[in-house]
Amino acid sequence: MDRWKVKKRFFTFLIMPGFLWILTFFFLPLAFVWIISFGEKSNIIDVIITGTFDNYIRAFDGIYFKVFTQSILISLITTLICLIISLPIAFLISFSSKKIKTLLLILIILPFWTNLLIRTYSLIAILRTEGHVNKILEFFWIKMNSILLFLGIYGEKIIEPEFMPLNLLYNNFSVIFGLVYIYIPFMIIPIYVVLDKFDKSYIEASLDLGAGQIKTLFKIIIPLIYPGIVSGILLVFVPCLGSFVTPDLLGGSNSQMIGNVIERQFKSANDWPFGAALSFLLIYITIGLILIYSLLNKKRIKEKI
Amino acid sequence: MYKKNRGISRRNLILGSSAFAAGITLNPYSSKAYGSKEDNKLNFYNWDTYIGENTLSDFKSETGVTTKIDFFADNDELFAKLREGNPGYDVIVPSNNFVEKMIAANMLSPLNHRKIKNISNLETRFLDSSFDKNRKYSLPYMWGTMGIGYAKDKVKEIPDSWSFIYESDKYSGKIAMLSEAADVIGMGLKYLGHSINTKNLSHYKEVEELIISQKKHIKVFAEDNGQDLLASRDVYLAQEWNGDIGQVMLEDNNIDYLLPKEGSLIWEDCLCIPNGAPHPNNAHKFINYLYDASVGAEIADYIQYATPNKAARNLLGDDYNKNTSIFPEESVLEKCESALYLGEDVQRIIEDSWTRIRAA
Repeated sequence: MDRWKVKKRFFTFLIMPGFLWILTFFFLPLAFVWIISFGEKSNIIDVIITGTFDNYIRAFDGIYFKVFTQSILISLITTLICLIISLPIAFLISFSSKKIKTLLLILIILPFWTNLLIRTYSLIAILRTEGHVNKILEFFWIKMNSILLFLGIYGEKIIEPEFMPLNLLYNNFSVIFGLVYIYIPFMIIPIYVVLDKFDKSYIEASLDLGAGQIKTLFKIIIPLIYPGIVSGILLVFVPCLGSFVTPDLLGGSNSQMIGNVIERQFKSANDWPFGAALSFLLIYITIGLILIYSLLNKKRIKEKI
Repeated sequence: MYKKNRGISRRNLILGSSAFAAGITLNPYSSKAYGSKEDNKLNFYNWDTYIGENTLSDFKSETGVTTKIDFFADNDELFAKLREGNPGYDVIVPSNNFVEKMIAANMLSPLNHRKIKNISNLETRFLDSSFDKNRKYSLPYMWGTMGIGYAKDKVKEIPDSWSFIYESDKYSGKIAMLSEAADVIGMGLKYLGHSINTKNLSHYKEVEELIISQKKHIKVFAEDNGQDLLASRDVYLAQEWNGDIGQVMLEDNNIDYLLPKEGSLIWEDCLCIPNGAPHPNNAHKFINYLYDASVGAEIADYIQYATPNKAARNLLGDDYNKNTSIFPEESVLEKCESALYLGEDVQRIIEDSWTRIRAA
């Protein structure tokens, strides 16, 4: 494979199908949408490409800026929560014995094979007012009440007799919960993969040389598995920005993300050029954030060397 | 040594492209271009849970035509799917304002009334309409209203006004509105005393402010599951379509439906044949079949919406015919309007307003 410079024809032949696939089903549609973003609606169904920048100018209106910032905020929080939860789990998996390792990996990947929509709907069943969480809490509530009654403390009314169900659905909490639930495998797997190849003897050496556990963690392990963490962050943050199904199904009256706005432009608003412009603004913002991140990173690597 | 032949020679190129062209013209999908007979299939694009339990299989036993049914969730999805060309549907079911929109966009084929004998079963007032003169492009399927579904065991009084949804903090956090801009803003206009079809921009501004200030009491803008939220008591008041509430009313005696005193909207879902339908003959047969009295009765009884088919109504009992959530009294119907297609400019204003409401 590394002799591709010599056997150019063979290499091209191998890469052709994949390349054509990406060209036809990714780049071509993307280019199509990009061209539409410079068009206008001429009548109900037609779009004329006039090369106008009106759609982009309209997208900089305050209201869309607000939606963009809310989406970025929600995505950042989701990514952070995913990171905090995934690191211990990835460590656990990589330090386990072979059999348990396989079992744990299956436990993470198997729900992944279930359709996204079904997993989101199942969260509705769990989080709603009469859903599983509230039902379990109610059960414990009643038991607590009856114990207190039995112990004769009821006169004090420490706990109210009527169970107040938790408001877990149709608000920003449920949106973030749903997003974390859906994207957490994307964070666990990259970190685990890098952690697996990590030479465990470094930890032993560091401990032998006198560093404590925490110092080892932050000064030896994390910097060495950094690429895994970065891939995980990108794999969670970028799709999260564009999500629209989760806020649609789980969100309340305040949970609108940029994905929902774009979806509406292509459906009820019947304004494809504007939807295309918003989509591409999202792409540019994502690329911009990644560029800023890698520039900061470059400085960091330069400093190390 | 002569040069190795690189690339395709001109002769081979001509041979190859003519073989390609012949393949395209002779493949089975271009049979329509040769005007061959239709095969026994029908592609039906319908709302979810909007057909009788056995209608399609009965249609097959009677005429031998196999119907493939696909579902859409709202008119916008239907329109977006057909916008760039008909992907192969024979019969579609848009609402009245979208029928108007699609006629304006030249997306519908005229219906041949002579192939639909059972049209005589329809009530005469449905044989003409304001959105489709002489029913050239559409025929009625079901009609109904939009109103308030509520849980009688949780709501102490009768919520006979839109104020319970649009301007009240009683039952805060237990109210659901619909999720379509046109519906929610339209009913807001009705509550403030304006017409649903107003073109006066200041009216829309008023409604926008009203809904934004009410937002903190709204639990969710339910896409089409308001009736499920009501059934599970996640909300106590839901702005919903009458048939949806009708369906949960059959299962739960504590749920009721009413039309608020300020008035509401009457909608009519219509059967249409889009341009480029591959089986127009079968489509006409299907529409004719749906208008048969017993078929219409089975559908109406199953989905609990108001049928325009008077022969079907005669076959059903009082549970259906005297049900005020399906057939409201004339006095209330008078205050209801039909939604008109207001043109792309007003549409854009409504959508921008909706984005602002959702983001506030």
